[in-house]
Amino acid sequence: MSTNVTTQGASRIGVETRMYFRAPDTLFFTFLFPFVMLAIFSAAFSASGEAGPPGAEISVAALYLPAMLASGIFLSGVQNLAIDIALEKSNGTLKRLGGTPLSPIAYFAGKIGQVFVTGTLQASLLILAGWLVLGIELPTEPEKWVTFAWVFVLGLTTCALIGIALSALPRSGKSAAAVVIPIGLILQFISGVYLQWDMLPDWLQNIASVFPLKWIAQGMRSVFLPDGWEALEQNESWNLPGVAIALLVWLVLGLVLSRITFRWIRRDA
Amino acid sequence: MDGSSADTAVRIRGLRKVYGGIAAVDGIDLDIRRGETFALLGPNGAGKSTTVEILEGYRSRTAGEVEVLGVDPARGGRDWKSRIGIVLQTGGETGLLTVREVLHHFAGLYPNPRRIDDVIAAVGLEAKANVRVAKLSGGQQRRVDVALGIVGRPELLFLDEPTTGFDPEARQQFWELIRSLKAEGTTILLTTHYLDEAARLADRAGVIAGGRLLDVGGIQEIGGAEARVPVVRWNDAEGRPHEVRTHEPGRVVASIVSALGGEPRALEVIRPTLEDVYLGLVRGAEAATATPDPPSGTAIATPAPTPDAEEPAA
Repeated sequence: MSTNVTTQGASRIGVETRMYFRAPDTLFFTFLFPFVMLAIFSAAFSASGEAGPPGAEISVAALYLPAMLASGIFLSGVQNLAIDIALEKSNGTLKRLGGTPLSPIAYFAGKIGQVFVTGTLQASLLILAGWLVLGIELPTEPEKWVTFAWVFVLGLTTCALIGIALSALPRSGKSAAAVVIPIGLILQFISGVYLQWDMLPDWLQNIASVFPLKWIAQGMRSVFLPDGWEALEQNESWNLPGVAIALLVWLVLGLVLSRITFRWIRRDA
Repeated sequence: MDGSSADTAVRIRGLRKVYGGIAAVDGIDLDIRRGETFALLGPNGAGKSTTVEILEGYRSRTAGEVEVLGVDPARGGRDWKSRIGIVLQTGGETGLLTVREVLHHFAGLYPNPRRIDDVIAAVGLEAKANVRVAKLSGGQQRRVDVALGIVGRPELLFLDEPTTGFDPEARQQFWELIRSLKAEGTTILLTTHYLDEAARLADRAGVIAGGRLLDVGGIQEIGGAEARVPVVRWNDAEGRPHEVRTHEPGRVVASIVSALGGEPRALEVIRPTLEDVYLGLVRGAEAATATPDPPSGTAIATPAPTPDAEEPAA
């Protein structure tokens, strides 16, 4: 008789979340980074005035809020888990857990639960900061918030699974950050997170469309940018069905790769 | 049939593990009874860790039969894992949690855990219970590893080099803890480089080298009677050292005294320790692999005699 998976999973979420907030590096590079970038972009481009198509001009801060929400989802899922699990693999944590009656399902529930607790807190604080500090106008239509909810949940789940799968890539815990962070940086530059989406050339937009971050950012823009901005998207549409399909495909891919690559320890032949 | 699982904790028959054509474990048979403390001794690279990791379920095997608590470790599920406790050589990095937090979490994974305060007291970390593991000294972190290994109230405890980095007092405390676990009926498989530790804690020991078990026996019997023959050492009147192995050290000392007509200088009567026996076994095995045709009668090696060993000076 071992304890049930639900109890174990709840206990894992508790310790995972506590460890997340006690690690200064994840706290800064995953949790606070989007806040720092939002502040920098808002300050740096505030002199260039408002942006956007005629009749739908908004402040630079308002333009960067959805981008930083997408960035937060990506960092909380992919970067956080890929580095975290690679480290746990190399420092013996996984080996130790593998020798206990901990269910692998409970282990992953703990990771994904931690991503949801921290990701939700991060997104809430970003929106609150944008509204209260930067004076960004928030959407009032309920259907916009419904879109926000499903893009957020689907995006975060997909990113968490990709993070788990990606954790198999670094060969050691030391190299984990060096392998994972550049991948994230490149994707954030080409997916309309750091650079305004419509300023990117078509070929770069097409490359970005292969990866999930572009679709998360697009979904977030559909929520927070006023009508008229959809003209600057590919095919001049928010294409929400496309967002859902792309994220679902990556979710399944992440799930399959996680299943294939995960080991408690590096098994020998 | 030997080794019914009712009174056998570990049963190994013909165990082999081959890496890239080289046998790290080359045909081991071993039974460990329930409730006994068994020390597995051997030099680095002897196949000790590989054997233990197969028993713990971490490694697959190439050939042979293995049963741990009546279950094949390669198929050991969560119920089986809740009955064993593993103290690894390198514990994981749980440094961001306090001692109490990490124990509370691990206790929750087992169906019938020990009380957390009892475990903290047993490893002597009461004063550090609310300190993050990362802030503890190396020896204290090792005690956390041990605490995590026993919190689930295991029937079988694997201890891999448990006291590395302990100061003498911590080691004494740890030995007390192991004796109390033993008194509760816990079966313990200990691997250690500290032979005095094995001699104090274990009921039986096995010496492994080159992937084979050289000998298995009680702590007082392993190596054979010959390896435990006492040695008498003294210096003669000219200061030359002498050494003789004898079953009758008292008689030899008396004969030396009468031959010298006085007190011999630097007189010692040495009973070989487990360490001496162990070194004799391992060196004997090395010599046997170095020379293809070992001289007869040295299947069980004795401590190497010093070059000037001779009969008592008459």
